[in-house]
This record gives sequence, structure tokens and C-alpha cells, in this order.
Amino acid sequence: MDFNNVARGIGDSIRIETNKTMIKQLTIISGKGGTGKTTLAASLAALAGGAVLADCDVDAADLHLLLDPKIKQSNDFEGGYSAEIDQKLCTHCGLCLEHCRFEAISDDFVINSLQCEGCGACFDVCPAEAVVFERECAGQWFESTTRFGPMVHAALGAGQDNSGKLVSQVRSRAMEIAKEENRDLVIIDGPPGVGCPVISAITGVDLLLLCAEPTPSGRHDLLRVLELADHFKIQAAVCMNKVDLAPEKSREILDEAKKRGAHIVGTIPYDTKAVESMMQGKTVIEFDDGPLADSFKNIWTETTKLLVNEHK
Amino acid sequence: MLISIASGKGGVGKTTIAVNLARVVGEGITYADCDVEAPNGHLFLYPVIENTQEFSVNVVRIDDDKCNYCGKCQEKCRFNALAVLPRHVMVFDELCHGCGTCLLACPEEAIKEIERPIGVIETGHAGGVRYVGGRINIGEAMSPPLIRAVKQKVAKDKQVIIDAPPGTSCPVVNSVIGTDFCVMATEPTPFGLHDLVLAVAMVRQMGVPFGVVINRVGLGDDRVHKYCRRENIEILAEIPDDRRAALAYANGKIAVDVVPEWRNIFTNLWTSIMSRAGSATQSA
Repeated sequence: MDFNNVARGIGDSIRIETNKTMIKQLTIISGKGGTGKTTLAASLAALAGGAVLADCDVDAADLHLLLDPKIKQSNDFEGGYSAEIDQKLCTHCGLCLEHCRFEAISDDFVINSLQCEGCGACFDVCPAEAVVFERECAGQWFESTTRFGPMVHAALGAGQDNSGKLVSQVRSRAMEIAKEENRDLVIIDGPPGVGCPVISAITGVDLLLLCAEPTPSGRHDLLRVLELADHFKIQAAVCMNKVDLAPEKSREILDEAKKRGAHIVGTIPYDTKAVESMMQGKTVIEFDDGPLADSFKNIWTETTKLLVNEHK
Repeated sequence: MLISIASGKGGVGKTTIAVNLARVVGEGITYADCDVEAPNGHLFLYPVIENTQEFSVNVVRIDDDKCNYCGKCQEKCRFNALAVLPRHVMVFDELCHGCGTCLLACPEEAIKEIERPIGVIETGHAGGVRYVGGRINIGEAMSPPLIRAVKQKVAKDKQVIIDAPPGTSCPVVNSVIGTDFCVMATEPTPFGLHDLVLAVAMVRQMGVPFGVVINRVGLGDDRVHKYCRRENIEILAEIPDDRRAALAYANGKIAVDVVPEWRNIFTNLWTSIMSRAGSATQSA
């Protein structure tokens, strides 16, 4: 395949150059959920062949469903603190209730762990030492191997906070592995939105790849992530998924993105093969050799060019 | 009555469900956008905004004249939002939760709180539908305080549809907690199922009664149906994978206005939600 060779060629040139300089980090985000981030990330992993993969969508991680990682090591993730009131020691003085700003303590002095932010105000003010205040295990993170290279991923406990901290943990281990194993690229599958875990997933990366779709929500949320990229001064590239759903609108959105300084790296057709490959637990690259796979290869070629040029 | 619309995976139809329900119910309903990082409901409801209110959170400032740099505030701050240097205290605003713990710790009363804007709340109307939507400023990490403020604004409304963010972490918890019923959106794919399982664990932990709406039926397979049967979870509605609806969405239109059969689907869905939420409220 032509595209493959081009992409590999460019991949090799990064490899040579970055051995002297540094490891590249590429994060894939979209603002809006469900635009195809993970499908794209998995295909880029297949095309890169040898990058370190980091699933940073830690509260709804799906990349493992396509990459089938073999877990080498699991680690507990120590999240924030959580407070609990020992009813045997509690004197019902009400000081904790008065100082809790998160309405996490009920009138009969039971702490709702889902509303507790772990600030420790109740622990600090309790005269009876009735508050048990400890760090809690808020999930797990894993080091694995896949058919496309090493992978670091995580599972945040349901309803837990501190997802940003877990994202940082996943990213820093992925970088260590890249250094240890002399790999030159880390591909990061990011979460939706623009908040805490997204900020953790993009700070300090070399390039953002934004996956858009030609809908009002897709446009709106793309513009918000472009603003976020600008806020953190990170170079952004944009690709448009399901382009044939609204070709005219796609062009308008891409023009708008370009005006805001983003590089356009390609479009992806609406194709049922995307879901079919997901049903089989495969990347599009392994499943298809038609226009859908070609569109991913094209995006990979353009993205690698930006990664190479970026540090010239 | 508060009805939240949530999902583990993004892009499976939360906003579609929320705005279609708001459209079929019409007069008297409130649509509240709690997906403050990526709010989308206004793109389909086209509300006339009557009021835009800046939303602020408390953050701390240190009075250098009173501070003796003892370091107690830094020691007590569990969010690492304070760094005490020999002659200065740095405050990292984005990390400050406004919990007030440092104020309690300071022996010199050198800490005061100021308001820092982190987003806006817009209120208005779209026909007979009341619209309330939060939008967090770009670069802000913590959305829960804004989400709570949006919910506070609609707490006294008769019937409220809350459009929640995706995922299973704190922004979703803050959107769904305390609602009378949660509609969990998903799609019949491996990603849809995987994230549904996580979201179900979250909503069960909160004790909020819930049911599932499967969107884009016809795509993928029946693994979500099987899971719901096994777990004894009610499937409230199945929405077919329909290119007409996708095109309506792409053009900023609400599907029930364009695809006639969809009106029935959403009218029936609302009836199911109301009967489930009603009986849940009574039994609680």
C-alpha cells in the first residue's frame, strides 16, 4: 500500500530525528463525545506500529475494546481523600455540618461519599475526633502490551472524582515507557469536554488532533476545543468525520477551523464499516481496505508531517 | 420533578433525547443544560435568552500584611492549591475548591475569599419551554459548582429535563444526583455497552431510579438488549437508526418536527418516564 509506505517513511524520519531530541506526544480529542476519537486513535495506533498508547478517557475508556491489551501490571490509583463519621464517637455538635460547603453531611451526621469533595474541613473542626479521613483507592491503572505496542490505560471507579490526576498518572507512565523502550511517539486518546481531564490530557503535548463532525453540536464543541488549544498554546490539527452527511457544512466548519489557525488533515466518509470493525474488535485498518481505511491513512500521513515539522 | 438524561459514552443521543422530549411535552417544561463543558441544547431549541448571569466561585487571597508564612494553610489544603514561599503565598485558582479549610487553619486571619467568575448561566424561553443553560469558561477545570448552580435555578420548576455530560465522574454525578429519575442513553455497540455498564454502576450507587433508551437500533447487534434483560433493567424506548433523523440533527432541527413516527416514540417515552418517576417518588 502506497499510503502505508509514505506513513512509515515519515514515521521513520521522526524516529531518527526524535532520537536526538525528544518524544512526540499526540492527543486526540473532540469536545463533543461520540465523533470517532477512539476509532481514529486505534487506527493511528495500527498505522504508527510501535507508538506507546495511552487511553486518557479514564471514566469511559474504550480503546482496550479495539486493542485487546494483555495486562502486565495493574496498580491501584490513589485518588483524593474521603471522610466518614464514626457514629460511636460523634457527639452531634454540628460543627462539621456548619463548615461543610458541599452539603455532603446529612442532618443525622452521615457523609454522602458522592458529594464529599475530600477537603477535610469536617476532620479539621471535629472536637470529638469522630471523622475518619483517609485517601481512598479511586480506581486502577494498567500497563499492557498490544499488537501495536505498549499501552497504558485506566479504569476510574464509578462516580469518582480526580480524573485529571489519573490522566496525569497514565500519561507520565506512558512517557517513561517511551523513554525506556526508545519509542518516539505517544498517542493519547482523550476524553470529551473541555474540563479537568481534558486539560490534563493536552498540557504539554506536541499536537492535538481534533475529530469533528458536520453537525451544529460538532461545530460548536470543535470551536470550544480550538479555543482551549489556543489558551494552552498547542498546535491543533482537524479532521472531519462523516463528511458526506453534510458536505457543504463540513467545508464551512473546516474553513472556520483554518481561519483560527488549525491545520486540516483530512476527512472521513460516513461508512458502516466503522461500526462493523468495532463489532469485531478490530481497527479500521485491519478490517477494511476501501475508502474508509484510506481516509485514516491519509490523516496519518498529514499528521506525521505536522509532527515532524513541528520541531524544526 | 427532575428527570436527568445521562450516558457513559458521549455522542449516543443525550441531547437528541432531551430536546425531543422537551419538544413533545412543550408548554410548562424546563430544559436545563448541565453539560456545561459542551452545551448543545440551545443549538436545537433556539431559545430567546432573557438573562445572562455570570457565575463565580470563591477562591482565596492572602493578605501579605497579616501573613506570617507559617505554612498551616498549605498543610491543610488537600487540593495543593497553595504554595507558601518565604515571603509570598501562591494561590493556584484553578485548583482551589473554595472549601474554606485554609481559612479555618490560618492563625492570623490573613486569608479572605474573593469571587472568581468561571462561567455563565443563561435563562430564556424556546416557545413554551423554559431554557436554563450553563457554560463554563475555556481553561476552567472544575465544572461541578456551575452544574450545581444550574440545578439550583430549576429546582422549583414543575418538570425539568436535565441534559447531563457524558462519562461517569464528578460532573455526571453532580448532574444526576438528587434527580427523581435518570434516562440512560446508549447505542447497541461494544463501546455503547461497555460505557453503559459503568454508568449503571454509578447511577445505582446514587440510588436514582433509571431506565435505558437504546438509540440507533439497527446498528450493531443485540448485546445491549441482552445485558438489560440479564440485569433486569427496563428498556424505556428503542430509537431506530434513521438517516432522516441524522440529517435533521446535522441541520439543527429537532427530529420529531421532521420524522412523523418519532413524535409517537417520544410521547410514549415521556409517558413511561412520568409513570416510573411518579411511582419512584411515591415509594421513596
